[in-house]
Amino acid sequence: MQNIILIAYGHFELNSLKEIAGAITREYSSPVVIKEGYMDMDRFFDASRRQYDGNKILKEVDFVHHFEALKKIALFKVDLYIPILTYIFGQAYLNGKTGIASLYRLKNELYGMNSDENLLVERFIKEVIHELGHTFGLKHCYNPSCVMRSSTYVEDIDQKSSFLCNRCKKLLI
Amino acid sequence: MATNISILIVDDEESVRDSLYNWFLEDGYKVECAENAKKALSLLKKEKFNIILADIKMPGMDGLEMHRRIKALDSDAIVIIMTAFAAVDTAVQALKDGAFDYITKPFDPDDLTHLIRNAAKQISLSEENTVLKNKVISLENIDDIIGVSNAMTKVLTEVKSVAQSGSSVIITGESGTGKELIARALHSNSLRKYFPMVCVHCGALTESLLESELFGHEKGAFTGAMYNRKGKFEMADGGTIFLDEIATISIKMQIELLRVLESKSFVRVGGNKEIKSDFRVICATNKDLNTMVKEGTFREDLFYRLNVVNIHIPPLRERSEDIPLLVSHFIKKYCTSMNREPIDIDPAALNRIKQFEFPGNVRELENMIERAIVIGNGKQIKLKDLPIGQEKNNSTIESLNDLEKNHIERILEKYSWNISRTAKALNIDRATLYNKIKKYNIKH
Repeated sequence: MQNIILIAYGHFELNSLKEIAGAITREYSSPVVIKEGYMDMDRFFDASRRQYDGNKILKEVDFVHHFEALKKIALFKVDLYIPILTYIFGQAYLNGKTGIASLYRLKNELYGMNSDENLLVERFIKEVIHELGHTFGLKHCYNPSCVMRSSTYVEDIDQKSSFLCNRCKKLLI
Repeated sequence: MATNISILIVDDEESVRDSLYNWFLEDGYKVECAENAKKALSLLKKEKFNIILADIKMPGMDGLEMHRRIKALDSDAIVIIMTAFAAVDTAVQALKDGAFDYITKPFDPDDLTHLIRNAAKQISLSEENTVLKNKVISLENIDDIIGVSNAMTKVLTEVKSVAQSGSSVIITGESGTGKELIARALHSNSLRKYFPMVCVHCGALTESLLESELFGHEKGAFTGAMYNRKGKFEMADGGTIFLDEIATISIKMQIELLRVLESKSFVRVGGNKEIKSDFRVICATNKDLNTMVKEGTFREDLFYRLNVVNIHIPPLRERSEDIPLLVSHFIKKYCTSMNREPIDIDPAALNRIKQFEFPGNVRELENMIERAIVIGNGKQIKLKDLPIGQEKNNSTIESLNDLEKNHIERILEKYSWNISRTAKALNIDRATLYNKIKKYNIKH
């Protein structure tokens, strides 16, 4: 059986990574391999926006070969954008192999609230499962509790669960 | 999430096109991209897009010019203008030209999502509006009014020729013949069909109430007039006013009505400002207005003002050939509204209905069918489901044999062909009953 590769770019707590890997296995029934990745992030930095270009990063991650991988999801800690949008939490190739997600905009501190590590990991899990869902061909879902519901604010992420709804699960099969 | 909305992205920057393409794809929209206005317009000639997101600054034709050309190709398309520069003058120009909205790059993801959702909502509302408009027209389509009899065909021909004219019409006919339906058909087939048709049941209102209802009133005009209120004539501006039971209005109201019809202007109760309204009048009555004019209870001048065209709807008893069609129409109507499988009607029951005189006309027939469906067995309307009194039914029967046959049939139906109970009711033995069934060839 092919693995889903979880590639950490930057320092992430191993326990958090294991928790994310567990959630991925639960939703996609695939074993997860955790790897560390290295990338010269300066190449993707836009000085005028002080953000990192998500399109280019996604392309780069996709380019790095992991032959054994069923899907790849790369984790970042930097502020991502795409040219047309002010920010993104993550993105993926629909029906492709690769997705990326960043926890930068998931932090409570960014919105003037107290830090909450557990909530941060919970949000990150939802974001990772969501982007991986796109790589499996899933589109945004109307079900308010489904992890594939579109979220543009962290409050939206908090509203939904980390699970795929029955409809999305059926679409996976 | 959305499934049937298509979006065309027009931008000369590849990264912008790609980003938006992926974003909308994940949302479930059908997406196409074009790198310039020329390509976009050629795509639009080939297929329809619901929403077009166009960059304002592009080499060659700019977004504003492209927007004008898109509107010439497809006036329903929703165009959203994008720009990297927050220039208010171009934004204003785009909106003046009919663009749906204007958005500055880069967008907040939430703003983009809301913008597209609002556009999608507008599209669905406009589609719904078109569907409903067609439905309203088809509701009172003259060809859908049921009637094949000569009398009804004549009425429908009259309706067709009068509808477009704009003349005042008096519809006469007994209660329950469908005068309001004919009035609606006249309105729906006139040039005023997209304006309101306002109905006033004159018989249900006292003189003072009718005055306030027709002309409206100003705040404080009388006790209880807490607010200004538009009258029915004002509400019918551009459309049709239907005055049902016109014969019941008082002489004073007849004078006022005549003045309004002559001048098409009136003053609200308690007001002093003259209000103009352009409406067509259709009246209905079950009384003989000619006689009322002779008796002096209806003003002659008002009668001639209203009676430009007179459409008389014959009572149901004079067009019994329409009954089977009406019966099957009502069965279909009520089975659908009650969420039931369509049922049929026992020929004996239909014969009984055809023989009945229906003093309440089509309304009575409709209620009868509704009742029969409610209380019946859900498979077929039987004679026992009908509340028709037998005294009317045998009016054409003269021979004793026919009378006996009909009576046996009726009692058999009443006891659901239970031979023992029927024989007991008829006070004969079962063998005699069997013999009579055989003799008269009575079939279940």
